[in-house]
Amino acid sequence: MAYDDVKTGEFKVVGTRPNRPDGIDKVTGRAKFGADATAPGMLHAAILRSPHAHARIVKIDTSKAEALKGVKAVVTRADFATGLTGENWNILENVMAGDTALYDGHAVAAVAATSALIARDAMKLIKVDYEVLPHVTDVDKAMAADAPILREGAADKSVPAGLHPNVVRYHESGHGDVAAGFAAADLVIEDSFRTEATHQGYIEPHACLAQMGGDGKGEIWCCTQGHFNVQKVCAALVGTETSQLRVTASEIGGGFGGKTAVFIEPVALALARKANRPVKLVMNRADVFRASGPTSSTSMDIKIGMTKDGKITAAQGVFRLQGGAFPGAPMEFTAMCAFAPYALENVHQVGYDVMSNRPKQAAYRAPGSPMAAFAVESVIDELCNELGLDPIDVRLKNASKQGTKASFGPTWDRIGLVETLEAAKAHPHYAAPLKKGQGRGISCGFWFNHGGETAVSLALSEDGTVAISVGTPDIGGSRASMGQMAAEELGIPYENIRTTIADTATLGYNEISHGSRVTYASGLATIKAARDAKKKLCARAAAKWGIDADAVSWVDGCAVPSGPNAGDFDPMPLEKITKSMGRTGGPIVGHYEATPEGAGVSFATHIVDAEVDPETGSTKVVRYTVVQDAGKAIHPTYVEGQFQGGAAQGIGWALNEEYIYGEDGRLQNAGFLDYRIPVASDLPMIDTVIVEVPNPGHPYGVRGVGETSICPPLAAIANAVSAAAGVRLHELPMSPPRILAALDAQADG
Amino acid sequence: MVEVNLWSGLRPFADGHDRVEVEARTVGEMLTRLQEAYPGLTPAIEAGVSVAVDGKIIASSLTEPIYPDSEIYLLQRLRGG
Repeated sequence: MAYDDVKTGEFKVVGTRPNRPDGIDKVTGRAKFGADATAPGMLHAAILRSPHAHARIVKIDTSKAEALKGVKAVVTRADFATGLTGENWNILENVMAGDTALYDGHAVAAVAATSALIARDAMKLIKVDYEVLPHVTDVDKAMAADAPILREGAADKSVPAGLHPNVVRYHESGHGDVAAGFAAADLVIEDSFRTEATHQGYIEPHACLAQMGGDGKGEIWCCTQGHFNVQKVCAALVGTETSQLRVTASEIGGGFGGKTAVFIEPVALALARKANRPVKLVMNRADVFRASGPTSSTSMDIKIGMTKDGKITAAQGVFRLQGGAFPGAPMEFTAMCAFAPYALENVHQVGYDVMSNRPKQAAYRAPGSPMAAFAVESVIDELCNELGLDPIDVRLKNASKQGTKASFGPTWDRIGLVETLEAAKAHPHYAAPLKKGQGRGISCGFWFNHGGETAVSLALSEDGTVAISVGTPDIGGSRASMGQMAAEELGIPYENIRTTIADTATLGYNEISHGSRVTYASGLATIKAARDAKKKLCARAAAKWGIDADAVSWVDGCAVPSGPNAGDFDPMPLEKITKSMGRTGGPIVGHYEATPEGAGVSFATHIVDAEVDPETGSTKVVRYTVVQDAGKAIHPTYVEGQFQGGAAQGIGWALNEEYIYGEDGRLQNAGFLDYRIPVASDLPMIDTVIVEVPNPGHPYGVRGVGETSICPPLAAIANAVSAAAGVRLHELPMSPPRILAALDAQADG
Repeated sequence: MVEVNLWSGLRPFADGHDRVEVEARTVGEMLTRLQEAYPGLTPAIEAGVSVAVDGKIIASSLTEPIYPDSEIYLLQRLRGG
């Protein structure tokens, strides 16, 4: 980024905590979520799902369902586009099964009817003949020689010869000589770990309303993290042109990565096209669990060597991730994030993407990274314990910093890991005494963050107020952040700005709200759009004053002469320029469209105190502190919220949440009664420390904060629980039965 | 010429090398030259790659400049949640 682009000096609006713009809408119920959309003549849809983990679909008879009064359309795979390849084919195959049902919950047909009740009744009249096939849901078993094959030929060319066909992608990276590094160590620890799949657990199920007429023009309203992606995918899956489809994103009741994927929108669109009526489709909670993406489950082997004074001499990891019945488990990120916090001379990491009879995994905050941190940071904790070393001092001794080489290759630019470790060490939490039965855990975590295609428009009104249109759904308070950044640039009050999530017909393509990219990329685009508007405002003032546009500057919401040579004119406020803009050249709108490529990476350090009851095996997290580098916190309350949210979800992942499959390959706990996410009474107040090491790739120094906060919790909690219980836990979740089993095994010697 | 570091898994497709040299001034040119020199790399590049140039991670843009002394690493394409 050019030096002139970077703001210097004091911020006036950025860094303050104004009221959230969607607050009143959300507390009064006025906010419109996915299921709130309605249209005249609207039908209701239901999806029939496979009860089998793996079965060939011999025949589907929809005649009785179609004959039911009130049924207006039934669709199967035959109603979707043919000839798709690559990821579009994978998405279609997941959205509506072809000749094989690949997991319990896989969609096989759908119905649209005049009421939801009739749609559900009609669904029961669809007769599907299945030939049940052998199934596998465990990652290690799916790689074994005798595992049933999900799909021959699904592997790409990266997979070495001799591996099972369920291994579909392979990653290997690293540098140095790990054998020599281990030989130089005073202590080498090798250990294995497993994590179960967890769901993002958003409170709002997937919901959409779609319509498509005989003219081929369609519209979708849906809850999504990326409506431009919904537009692109749906157009491909139903076989229409992208620009003929307009998609509007609703308010979103949580996504955390799970709403980056497309599940029901193409089905609603296909039904709407067939019925020539609007169709509403809302998942129930069981469908969300069974058929929208959870994380991968993992199996991991870690080996780390250390000298007596805490220097890591070598590290290696093998990471096996199952991603459901399709390629895409984020094993390369698991591998690349695993040792990223440490400057290592000798490191080697291998990743396997494995298919199994489970739903297609979807992103969940920093996909792949939390599991890696669990395994690696657990072994570092074991080494610190064995060698009697302070866990923060060891991490500081080995910490990645500007100029050191990342475990996956490149030399780091400016990063803030050391600052988070120093802040954690200085925090009162780290020195606080523990009670009997309590343990303390530390962990670091890393995530890349992302930029991506972004377009923003900033329109000025006659009264001097401002309307910002962005194309990234607001999943973490971005409307407030955009307003603050525009207010900072324009020198006007935050309250004079309204930010709207524009539909796909209004702006150029915007990548999904993922990769912690929105405050970074849409924020950068908002700043640049505001600067574009300021340039135009200055030109209008210059024309009025009869001087060169270059001789006018923008200061505190006014056009002013740049210096004494420019002339002696009173400052011209924004609202004075906009009041006459229709007669001085027309509307004033600032634009910016780009693919920003300076997203700064982010590191965090977490401190956790946990208490374990040896009688019941239950764990209580009694104190939690998140320290994370935000680059620059635009709205600190939202940043703290992201920190706390990541920690809370991590507590659930570490202690209770898991997909439980029966011997029959069916999901046993597809509801919040049996899949236990943490509630407020399970959590302590989560303390936060915002570290600000500016990202050189953003005008204000912003780094994304939404994902890194979930990287350290699994490991930090595991280290705390292991210390409290007196036994190392190797498998997540650390539910009471697992803790009791570990205590029993230890007692048995 | 610029030196490009490949992740180890790409070695079999680049005649066993994990570091190769190509003539290029942008990320896009570099990827094109890599595929010309080592056609076996094409599936991996078409599946999506990111590129680290002097420590800055370029997620997808082909127009970012690179220089003869740039440190360049090919990475698998980044995405997030």
